[in-house]
Amino acid sequence: MMQEEVNEATSVLSVYGHTIKVTEVLQDGDTLTFIIVSQKLSGTGEYHVDRTYEDFEWLQQHLYAQEDVPGLQGVIFPPLPVRPQVNASAKVMKQLGFLGLGEWQPYCKALETFLRQVAAHSILRKNKTVEVFLTSTDPPGRQKLRRNIFNRLSQAVEGLWKEGHKDVDEFFHTERDHNLVLTGHTRTAAEKFLDVVLTEQKIAVACGHFAAALHICVENGEDPEKKAFSRVCVKLSEVFDSIKKNMTSIAVNDMNTLGLGLDLDSRYLEAEKEMLFRRTCKLVELENARKNAERAKPVKKNAMEEVKKAAEGEFEQICKVAKQEIVQLNQEHVEMLQKNLIQWCEQQLQTAKEGADAYNQHLQAFIAMA
Amino acid sequence: MFTHSSFDEVEEEEGGDSFDIHLSVSDPEKIGDGMNAYMAYKVTTKTSMCLFKQRDFSVKRRFSDFLGLHSKLASKYLHIGYIVPPAPEKSIVGMTKVKVGKEDQSSNEFVEKRRSALERYLMRTVKHPILLKDPDVLQFLESSELPRAVNTQALSSAGILRMVNKAADAVNKMTIKMNESDAWFEEKQQHFENLDIQLKKLHASVESLVCHRKELSVNTAQFAKSAAMLGNSEDHTALSRALSQLAEVEEKIDQLHQDQANADLYLFSELLGDYVRLISAVKGVFDQRMKTWQKWQDSQMLLQKKREAEAKLQFTNKPDKLQQAKDEIKELEGKVQQGERDFEQISKTIRKEVSRFEKERVKDFKMIIVKYLESLVQTQQQLIKYWEAFLPEAKAIS
Repeated sequence: MMQEEVNEATSVLSVYGHTIKVTEVLQDGDTLTFIIVSQKLSGTGEYHVDRTYEDFEWLQQHLYAQEDVPGLQGVIFPPLPVRPQVNASAKVMKQLGFLGLGEWQPYCKALETFLRQVAAHSILRKNKTVEVFLTSTDPPGRQKLRRNIFNRLSQAVEGLWKEGHKDVDEFFHTERDHNLVLTGHTRTAAEKFLDVVLTEQKIAVACGHFAAALHICVENGEDPEKKAFSRVCVKLSEVFDSIKKNMTSIAVNDMNTLGLGLDLDSRYLEAEKEMLFRRTCKLVELENARKNAERAKPVKKNAMEEVKKAAEGEFEQICKVAKQEIVQLNQEHVEMLQKNLIQWCEQQLQTAKEGADAYNQHLQAFIAMA
Repeated sequence: MFTHSSFDEVEEEEGGDSFDIHLSVSDPEKIGDGMNAYMAYKVTTKTSMCLFKQRDFSVKRRFSDFLGLHSKLASKYLHIGYIVPPAPEKSIVGMTKVKVGKEDQSSNEFVEKRRSALERYLMRTVKHPILLKDPDVLQFLESSELPRAVNTQALSSAGILRMVNKAADAVNKMTIKMNESDAWFEEKQQHFENLDIQLKKLHASVESLVCHRKELSVNTAQFAKSAAMLGNSEDHTALSRALSQLAEVEEKIDQLHQDQANADLYLFSELLGDYVRLISAVKGVFDQRMKTWQKWQDSQMLLQKKREAEAKLQFTNKPDKLQQAKDEIKELEGKVQQGERDFEQISKTIRKEVSRFEKERVKDFKMIIVKYLESLVQTQQQLIKYWEAFLPEAKAIS
């Protein structure tokens, strides 16, 4: 992430975007509350606020519904994770994927990433609601906005057939195809990786059970053979505790690096897909406006020309923004995946070394046990 | 039929060879076709002991031969208190797959498991100082032709369990409950009951672990495939290459997981399974002692009755019958004395056997654990190599 320049006249954000942290999550019955901390630009300290998922949705809705922002529909909106659920059903757990693991730690990380991406986005950060969200002690208003250009329901009704609509621009044509392929593969990779992590956790649990069961075999008594066998059982139990620790570590490494990375990638590709769809819808609108202007009777001609010109202008703006967004996304995609792969590899390497040391110690101890 | 006294002398002559035998069961070979097919195994013995005619020799044996050996040993030694190592279990499902020629991973695993189990069975048998010297054992190891063993249902582990349960029923029907004056036996019996339960729990626990490891292997392989597909669809060359490398690393790790699962399986799971069966044999021996005691008691009761009858006969004028009664009493007195001796001997033997069992148990477990730890260390070191090789690829992306 680039360091943000602070001297833009239009900027209203008073915190350093890259310092935003979701430090805690509090659970009260079925409600989850997230604590968000960010450093003041003025250097005089921090903002601490508490927000629920509804507050995040409020922020997102406001960002979608901004008026007088040229080319807004070309923005790839940072994706918000799905709604969390305490004691989640199997269906919700599947939707959450990696974000549903580990006592909400990955989920907090995902929310944190969302906020940082919003605060770093040159268009979105200017919206007042971002400032309010991050700094206001009172929870932001939670009324739903009526007018929402991104109402998914209406999009679905409008016609998914538009998704396949032929493009006029080579760049976008390629990008749409590429996005389609990449989205599918990324989602599959994320799902398969999640399966790996879940199995690793199962193994850790099984090792714990075995270690516990061994303790039951320990016998009291002076008999030298009994003592010898008890010692063996205790030592073996320690070995399996080590194995459990190692497995748990492997799973955590997987989760925090590549797991979260694939998850974010997957959601960003969906966000890009949505943006491309909006542009395609606009393209259809533009083509209709052109047709109408051509066929219009002299009485209506001027009005139709106005509509056509407006549509052309909007479409041009959207394409301009979209191109920038796509270039940036592709660059960040590579950077992020690289960072995750390096971190993943380094952490697993560290864990493997620790494991080798631990097992070697146990081995020497057993050999020494005459 | 052996009696007890014959073995005291055998055991005392410790001046013989020190134990030096290495056995292996190898080269499983399918003989024949269809439902009459069977697996033949090569049994190789390498030894310096003068008990054997040669130093290095091998024979071909089939599974029923092993069962036959066990059957013979059990019939000779169980009733006098020797813990005869149980033979591996029969498996109709496993063998059928082999017979119909199914060449997949599960049937290969089955054959390997069986080969390993037969080897462990033989080693346990020859480690027993008395059993090693048995002519049937020597014949099994040395003779090129072996008469085909029939009726091998006799003493599989399931068979022993049936025997134990029958004996337990007999104990309940006993007219006189055995007054366990020997606290050692009472305590040991309880101990083995507990051990039985604990081992079964451990065994179940390990089986679950093995299952999950296999699952991990499958999932890792699937992830590797999906990573490869992702790599193929990426435009960015270095990223694409890194993802392909990732897929390869994951495939290698998958292989490691499989190897680790095998270690879990062949080392621990099989060890625990062996000991669950051994405990059945131990329990069987304790019950034989009960039977011996019962026999002794029955003789005593019969003697008592005969004495009473003889006393009555004193007052009748039937000299023939009286003499017969006196003869019978003399015979029974001998039986009672023998019964008491048998009981004392079997108790003595069992004490020795249990002590031997407990020593062997510690050795067995230690050996397996050391092997297991060695495999763990090796796996980790391999993992380290893979990660170290992948790191530069990840760093080279941009």
